Amino acid sequence: MKKSKLFLVSLTSIITVLLLSGCENNMVVFNPEGPIARQILELINFSIALLLLVTVVVFGLFAFIVWKYRERKDNLDYEPPEEHGSTALEIIWTVIPILIIVALTIPTVKTIYAIDEIPKGYEDKKPLVINVTSADWKWIFSYPEQGIETVNYVNIPEDRPIDFKLTSAGTMQSFWVPALGGQKYSMAHAETQLYLVADNPGSFVGRNTNFNGQGYAGMEFEVLSQTQEDFDQWIKDVKETAPKMTLEEYEKMLEPSHFGRKTFSNSHLEWVDHSDPHSKNYTNPELYDRGHGWPGKIFEDKNNYKYKNTDSNNSETMNQKDSEAEDPNGGGHSGH
Amino acid sequence: MGIKWDEFFVTGDPLIFASQIGIALSLVGAIAGITYFKKWNYLWTEWLTTVDHKKIGIMYILLGVVMFFRGGVDGLMMKSQTAVPENEFLNAQHYNEVFTTHGVIMILFVAMPLLIGLMNFAVPLQIGARDVAFPQLNALSFWLTASAAALFNLSFIIGGSPDAGWTSYFPLAGKEFSPGIGNNFYAVALQIAGAGTLMTGINFIVTVLKMRTKGMTLMKMPMFTWTSFITSIIIVASFPIFTVALALMTFDRTFGAHFFTISGGGMDMLWANLFWLWGHPEVYIVVLPAFGMLSDIISTFARKTLFGYKSMVVSIVLISVLSMLVWVHHFFTMGNNAAVNSFFSITTMAIAIPTGVKVFNWLFTMRKGRIKFTTSMLWALAFVPNFVIGGVTGVMLAMAAADYQYHNTLFLVAHFHYVLIPGVVFPIFAGLYYWWPKMFGYMLNEKIGKWHFWLFVIGFNVTFMPMFFLGLDGAVRRAYTYSAETGFGPLMLLSAVGSIILAAGFAALVYNIYWSARHADRNIGNDPWDARTLEWATASPVQQYNFASLPEVTKLDAFWHMKKNNELQPLSEDEVEEIHLPSNTWIPIYMGAVFGISGFLLVFEWTIAAGIAALGIFVGLAFRSFDYDEGFHVHKDEISETERKWRKGGNKGVKNHVS
Amino acid sequence: MSAKVNAALPLEYQTEQNRMNILGFWIFLGAEIVLFATLFGVYGVLSERHAGGPGQSDLFIVKDVLIQTFLLLTSSFTMGISIFEMRRSNKKGMLMWLVFTLLLGGGFLFMEIREFINYVHEGATMQTSAFLSSFFVLLGTHGLHVTIGIGWAILLIIQMLQRGLTPVTARKTFIFGLYWHFLDVVWIFIFTFVYLRGLVM
Repeated sequence: MKKSKLFLVSLTSIITVLLLSGCENNMVVFNPEGPIARQILELINFSIALLLLVTVVVFGLFAFIVWKYRERKDNLDYEPPEEHGSTALEIIWTVIPILIIVALTIPTVKTIYAIDEIPKGYEDKKPLVINVTSADWKWIFSYPEQGIETVNYVNIPEDRPIDFKLTSAGTMQSFWVPALGGQKYSMAHAETQLYLVADNPGSFVGRNTNFNGQGYAGMEFEVLSQTQEDFDQWIKDVKETAPKMTLEEYEKMLEPSHFGRKTFSNSHLEWVDHSDPHSKNYTNPELYDRGHGWPGKIFEDKNNYKYKNTDSNNSETMNQKDSEAEDPNGGGHSGH
Repeated sequence: MGIKWDEFFVTGDPLIFASQIGIALSLVGAIAGITYFKKWNYLWTEWLTTVDHKKIGIMYILLGVVMFFRGGVDGLMMKSQTAVPENEFLNAQHYNEVFTTHGVIMILFVAMPLLIGLMNFAVPLQIGARDVAFPQLNALSFWLTASAAALFNLSFIIGGSPDAGWTSYFPLAGKEFSPGIGNNFYAVALQIAGAGTLMTGINFIVTVLKMRTKGMTLMKMPMFTWTSFITSIIIVASFPIFTVALALMTFDRTFGAHFFTISGGGMDMLWANLFWLWGHPEVYIVVLPAFGMLSDIISTFARKTLFGYKSMVVSIVLISVLSMLVWVHHFFTMGNNAAVNSFFSITTMAIAIPTGVKVFNWLFTMRKGRIKFTTSMLWALAFVPNFVIGGVTGVMLAMAAADYQYHNTLFLVAHFHYVLIPGVVFPIFAGLYYWWPKMFGYMLNEKIGKWHFWLFVIGFNVTFMPMFFLGLDGAVRRAYTYSAETGFGPLMLLSAVGSIILAAGFAALVYNIYWSARHADRNIGNDPWDARTLEWATASPVQQYNFASLPEVTKLDAFWHMKKNNELQPLSEDEVEEIHLPSNTWIPIYMGAVFGISGFLLVFEWTIAAGIAALGIFVGLAFRSFDYDEGFHVHKDEISETERKWRKGGNKGVKNHVS
Repeated sequence: MSAKVNAALPLEYQTEQNRMNILGFWIFLGAEIVLFATLFGVYGVLSERHAGGPGQSDLFIVKDVLIQTFLLLTSSFTMGISIFEMRRSNKKGMLMWLVFTLLLGGGFLFMEIREFINYVHEGATMQTSAFLSSFFVLLGTHGLHVTIGIGWAILLIIQMLQRGLTPVTARKTFIFGLYWHFLDVVWIFIFTFVYLRGLVM
């Protein structure tokens, strides 16, 4: 019994160590492609080393005690002593965790402050501002200085800090490019901000990590890091060749749906900035079809983009069945 | 109101259709069975109207085990869906519903009822009391919980399940993005369950403060009583926040208010804050009683008193205070400024300090002991290494900067399963094996128990260990599918295999309950484990009135010292006095039913009907107000007879069967 | 459960069960404090979010609020006298002051409902803005408590008439008194943080 117990314990720790050392080369968090991800990884590595030490000590102590003081056939008449504690020991194992926590706290706080800023060594480079707008279930990237817009992919110049300004047209999403750095939420009527830098040209996966309904699993985008020349060329090409987006097209785009990449030579920021607390709402409740179940009431929103009626005192509720009649194919996701 | 029956019942899914038929058949079967065996009267008088804390505890445990099955099936469905890339077993909508109900059920209808059930059963016995402070309120707590569980579980066959995750973040959970009524089930059912839990909290605070037997000062209470007490305080301090949050959710969804909506000036971040202001303390509400059970069980089977009792008490008090100060760590990535994130990083990591103290105290309780490897003790032992993994990964997640890379990934999912399964489920199993003889008068089979243990522990590790690595490789939680190029396939498959082993472990428990009920030895005496606390001074199963004469306590581990010092005198006739007990009452189950019906109507947004049904609540309250039932007395002869029976039987011929 | 009676204590504290009930109710009031604190917090966060709808100064009428405050504060005072009479075993006086309390509470409720109806007529409903949602829910929760309190007290008066002043009825009335004073305290906070702050800003 105890042998197998011990076996299990050592097995678990061995597997942990093996997997940590063996897989390290493959796991994206352990392969940073930019200074911010690298800073975070340093913190992670430090914590793993320290905590692995803690784990090994506790496991060792546990195994030793359980093995040594197990009941055996020859110690059945052993009666354990009355022992209520030991102030010295209890102080020791209060102080040691405090020291460990302090050791972890200092680099943590430093890194928290560091990743809020442009990383060291890049201060003199002017950050490229990209406005990210998340919607169900796509990512919209606007380049305000360049006046272009991409959907579900974003091209960035290498070695230059990118100042992502995040907002959402609807549900709450989380913008994450693990190879380049951490994640941050995007929320309607609010703006959050995240710096990322890529060391080299390359393609990285980015995605939403905050669950937001049926299309969540597919809500990915590509980050393509290019040399400054390639990037400038790409901007130029987009401006020359990409179509202009119309307001109707944009409104259609914000309906719940999935599609591939899109590129435009203008930006939706000319009509609406979703981070503005007073901007119009682009919600389409009647298009979220769950495919079964009892439909509930939905409520009229006088600040909705569809609301053309100026009679703002009318607060009667709209029934879903009525609105379904307008759009029998509701739920553009079903075809996906 | 014209009901469209095809929308009323969830249709179009073969799995759900099969469950609908299954549920209908088992209902009919149960009713027919009870009628055939003429058990309605027994059921009504002995169980449904009871106010006895032991029976209420057992009903809580039954509810918890049944819900464990439901939540486990949800978990298995999730694991089968993600076992291979681009699987089509469940679609996105169905997967979303399944992980939502899995989370809600496992926390609120498995962990809570099982722990509150064990609290109900053991705490009054441990403090030498005859019942809790408010027995009727206790029954009401249970029936509200049961009614909420029934309502919540109804969702997948009637009306549609909630599908916004157990956290139900707004704006997703609002009508703007979830127009069906699924999330109303969440808001209403949890409201009812929360009311029941709040009453339990109040009840146990008063019970522990006022009903301890003579000589049992606070610092002589068994550790499980201590943790139940602290948990009750956290319940009272945090559940009202959830009550408010759910009420506001209901107003948003049913009446078009603007608390968390993106329209009308609502604020989605407010929901996240309110939810976790309750949600984080909730983690400690379930973990602390489990810690208490471990303390009592480890101490019993190491045959040593708990090491560092005082520092244990200080630790749980510290944990309970810190639990209120860490909620922001659930959303470090919400764009808080660096100072806020730093503060909550530090408070969160600080929880590791009292927790570490507890782990070392447990280890040193065993040092110089004589450790008996009963199934119960195995669960307690398995807790230590597994929970340490959960704890250290918790510290990793607490480092806000690093959390930017872990947040919402499977790393996080693995972490909280490594906290909640070893930290809550293992101790619950330990407690079930430990107190089972006290509850039913027979023990759970040790051999099957060991199958249960090994299958469950190995299955658990195989299921959740791979998720740490998947998370670090960029796999996110709650995604119903992933592409083959991600390379997640092999570890996902391994994890799915683990979940099958885990399920086999649970099946072993169910089989053990069945086998032991049929075949286990009934002649086990009152103290089969040679235990240390007062509950073992009663008969097995415990007599209706718990203690013929209330014991007097001078030391910690009172029963142990009574045994050692031969203070356990046979009961003399003149000591026996009439015992006053509260009468059964129909009001709690009636209230449960009214809350359930009214809640159901509210879920369907038939507000006028719900309001009319809710009048029934006030009728029940009025009946209770006019109820001057004084209870009844157990006669001396009956007590003497009962006591003679078990005390005689307890002394000879008892098999001491601990392997 | 214990039927032991300690006659040295005030009537409502004489049995162990009574003492437990009173302690339990204090703890319940602790939970109520958390509940109202949360609602105040929500109101604090949302009170400036008018979404183009009416704001505090457009709605609040000082005179009506002062009348409401006066009614509820006085009712708390009469409740106190009622418990005082109960301690003196003066059942008649106790009931009389309790009835006064209820009338004042009823008056408060009437004013509050009238206020709400006025707002709704002005187009300020719960659906208008986050500010109004939080306003109506905070005040509505308090108003609901007052309503339940009135119903509760009526039941107590009936029991008092049926059974006279016993430890049990005394305890019930005492607990009701705690509840009523608590609602008064909550109202003081509402008056300060909702009305006064709203009118000043």
